Amino acid sequence: MEITRRRMLVLLPAAAVAWRFVVAGTPEAAPNYKMTEHWWAMLIDIPKCIGCGSCVRACAEENEVPEGYFRTWIERYHVAGWKIERPEVESPNGGKDGFPPHADDGGKNFFVPKLCNHCADSPCTQVCPVGATFVTPDGVVLIDKSYCLGCRYCVQACPYGCRFINPRTNTAEKCSLCYHRITKGLTTACCEVCPTGARQLADLKNTKDPIHEYLRTHTVQVLKPHMATGAKVFYNGMDGSVR
Amino acid sequence: MFKDIEHLVRLVFVFAIGLATFVILRAAVVPKSFGQYGHYRGAAIGEIASRPVAFAGHDTCEACHSDVVDQKKLGKHVVVPCEACHGALAKHADDPSSVQPAKLDTFVLCSRCHEANAAKPKGFPQVVTADHSGGIACDTCHQPHHPKIETEKSSTAKIETGEKR
Repeated sequence: MEITRRRMLVLLPAAAVAWRFVVAGTPEAAPNYKMTEHWWAMLIDIPKCIGCGSCVRACAEENEVPEGYFRTWIERYHVAGWKIERPEVESPNGGKDGFPPHADDGGKNFFVPKLCNHCADSPCTQVCPVGATFVTPDGVVLIDKSYCLGCRYCVQACPYGCRFINPRTNTAEKCSLCYHRITKGLTTACCEVCPTGARQLADLKNTKDPIHEYLRTHTVQVLKPHMATGAKVFYNGMDGSVR
Repeated sequence: MFKDIEHLVRLVFVFAIGLATFVILRAAVVPKSFGQYGHYRGAAIGEIASRPVAFAGHDTCEACHSDVVDQKKLGKHVVVPCEACHGALAKHADDPSSVQPAKLDTFVLCSRCHEANAAKPKGFPQVVTADHSGGIACDTCHQPHHPKIETEKSSTAKIETGEKR
């Protein structure tokens, strides 16, 4: 097609109109999802956890977590006798390959899965100097990879040790509560594969979510409540030795 | 009184240029969606949400594999989601004919959950695999979707009343 002056005059405004859609980028993947209708949390039932490591492997696969780094991990606690202030905690490769056999020596033994607590008043988002990490309107703490400087303030600020610097991108990374899944109506990868139901995704704004009944009727705790972070990962049956 | 204010006028002029440069640069550099929901780039939420999923979810699996659902209903493994053993299979769900799930090693998979460990809940079925099977594949005896070994008679009786359990 030959570009004449007349054709050029028609094409230019058309291109100008189309350019707006080019810069706008791809539309949001979940058009029916309304952020204001959700407030995400998670429930972890410690007496149900068998330490199989399915959640750790699924998280690594779903989120392409580099080897040796963890967005979620499992700790095995061993409390001997009355020394609940001195638990022995181990997490070989984050529990990804399960745990080696452990003889019952009379102490207390249990597994504790850990992940980002998606705090409502999160210390990590408060220290970010550039606004690369933030709490979304539906209560998930996310990281904007393209904005993160990799300054590591947030890694130090998280009282739960949930953040790390991805060695490939040199930006901060942590559990995103599988935001790309929950906005599509799926559960998180870790909850999806948990064989015993020890992990449950919960929506605190959904009045029909069984979490409300569960929180009313069980002895539920969050990690480090004295930090007043507004942690939203609730642990059922958690021993006082858990840090 | 204002006889010698020329230097002040110059100063104001320089400041005005500086301010204008700052305002123009800021408008050009700060992304449009910054501040949409708070002190961050609002478009980042959509970018993170639009990532592809790796795990299809058991509802997707069950839409096609209803025979396995019926089988699982009869045993304790009804609570175990498909991808806990079979791995991430969203690609298979998108294109079932060309992407086939890998063949599984039942000894590795079963012992991940059922290998004896003092930290596991007391009621959870556990075996010391070395004594229990000596490393032979678990599916030699156990059917992973319905792991309890039953005599032929009781197993058919269960299947008949399977819906009520």
